[in-house]
Amino acid sequence: MNFVSLQMLTGDRAKYLGLVLAIAFSTFLMSHQMSIFAGLLERTRSQISDIEDAEIWVMDAKTRYVDEVRALSDQELYRVRGVQGVEWAVPLFKGVARVKNEEGTFRNAILLGLDDATLTGVPRRILAGSWQAIGEPETILIDRVGYQFFFPGQPYRAGGRLDVGGKWVTIGAVADASPPFVNLPVVYARYSDAIAMVGREPQQMSFVLAKPQGGVAPAELCRRIQAATGLKAATKQEFGWETIWYYIANTGIPINFGITITIALMVGALVSGQTFSLFILENLRFFGALKAIGVTTPRIVGMILLQAVVVLFIGYGLGVALTAAFFELTKDNLDLRGFRLLPEIMLLVAGVIFGVVLLATMVSVRRVAVVDPAVVFRG
Amino acid sequence: MGGAGMSQPAVVCERVEKSFGSGEQRLRVLRGIDLTANYGEMTFLLGPSGSGKTTLLSIIAGILRADGGTVRVLDRDLARLRNGEGAKFRLENLGFVFQQFNLIPALTAAENAAVPLLAAGARRKPAVERARALLADLGMGHRADVLPSKLSGGEQQRVAFARALIQDPRLVICDEPTSALDGAAGRHVMELLRNVAVSPQRAVVVVTHDFRILEFADRIAEIDDGVIQKIETRKRESS
Repeated sequence: MNFVSLQMLTGDRAKYLGLVLAIAFSTFLMSHQMSIFAGLLERTRSQISDIEDAEIWVMDAKTRYVDEVRALSDQELYRVRGVQGVEWAVPLFKGVARVKNEEGTFRNAILLGLDDATLTGVPRRILAGSWQAIGEPETILIDRVGYQFFFPGQPYRAGGRLDVGGKWVTIGAVADASPPFVNLPVVYARYSDAIAMVGREPQQMSFVLAKPQGGVAPAELCRRIQAATGLKAATKQEFGWETIWYYIANTGIPINFGITITIALMVGALVSGQTFSLFILENLRFFGALKAIGVTTPRIVGMILLQAVVVLFIGYGLGVALTAAFFELTKDNLDLRGFRLLPEIMLLVAGVIFGVVLLATMVSVRRVAVVDPAVVFRG
Repeated sequence: MGGAGMSQPAVVCERVEKSFGSGEQRLRVLRGIDLTANYGEMTFLLGPSGSGKTTLLSIIAGILRADGGTVRVLDRDLARLRNGEGAKFRLENLGFVFQQFNLIPALTAAENAAVPLLAAGARRKPAVERARALLADLGMGHRADVLPSKLSGGEQQRVAFARALIQDPRLVICDEPTSALDGAAGRHVMELLRNVAVSPQRAVVVVTHDFRILEFADRIAEIDDGVIQKIETRKRESS
């Protein structure tokens, strides 16, 4: 009877297409918005993720997320280095500097000052030049967003000149840094250069980056640093999630995306549920006839579930393909960097859309289950 | 099955009662019906709307249960059928021709006729081939691949006959088979039904209020207000 079931489904082209497109639209909207949402949240911790060498971030005890820091004194660096189990600890400056090119075009940029001696945290995905170049004085690395802004239409290459915080410096390399939450250029410099670019103050160190000695668990070392210094110490993963949760709890982002995703879900559920319900209603007398002929109710329910699963698979597949196509087509757009369709989102959307549509289907199935086969004798 | 043959009863209803609703709303639809339908015969249930003939038909088909009395169909007491057995019994032994035909619009004539075979678990290709052969016997061979929406009323009725007969059932139940047809087409359809459906191994029960087709009946049971008013047996020449 699977053949009969599928013929009944596809025979009514308008309703069949309506069902598939409703599910596809809902899937597309949900997966697209969830991907943008996840991408935005990933952006909030991009600088934490990009600094691959450091397992532990040390900061002021009241720090809540990476973009709002209270500067530490240089003494704190030595205190951290003195904690048992620390293999190394280096300073990190994070601030904002005004960057200007020779034509006078300017823009604020995120300025990261890396330890002069080790360059811990320097990006490794280099598009032009060499990351070792910022070991030279008055040399910076800039990400490709910044490079394209200040040198529009020019191929990536080292050697260009920029004014950062009032000091002319040379571009040593163009890096493919992860996009930050605010779509500002990211500039990397030696710690001492970065401090000079923003103007020296009594306390300027944003973070201390540390690595535990072999055999010392990062979480254990965090506890030791906190106990010894009174500062907050967190693993890279912990601090990344703290930053994400800060944005979730303190911005309208999740509410806005939540509304869109909910509307997509409701539209998908309502349209597909309503269309499927109408489809069942219009076929009720045929299902009644099948019951009268001797097809059992479980068999008929199976036929309807098969119809639902088929439109779900096709609709979901189309929707996910549309989302994937969107991100594939926009992957070179710098403003949309970091947004992509994650497998987890595909699974989540599949679970939600299958659940909702199957629920709507079950409501329709009830009508068929209770339909009296004698209805076919009533003209 | 024992006893199948001319003048042996395929359907025996004794003192059959059926009511709907309860209390003051209770409506007695059948009030002690006695009826026999024999193998090799066409038994007509004749009566006006609301007389109870459709309810009786549903009970004979095992779709409704009688409140009282006994109903034996093909030597089976329908009251003793357990849940799920009724559907199997209908699928294996009964053929149906519905008033509105109820052909599935998305299936071709042959596929529609093959539905009972498919429901019984047959593979699609041989089932549809068998339906094609049966449709050819009914003069519909050239229309086997046509959708119901492209068929005339008479053609749809023949597809419905094919669907009813494809499992070679021992009892065929027809609900107002000519109500959607004009006089000539109705007569033609009844001739066809008599020729293909009536056999010594099969009984045919027809519900109708169409007096124009009574000439095809072997036995006519007139029902009104839930009671059999008259049973008339007609002698026919062997067709």
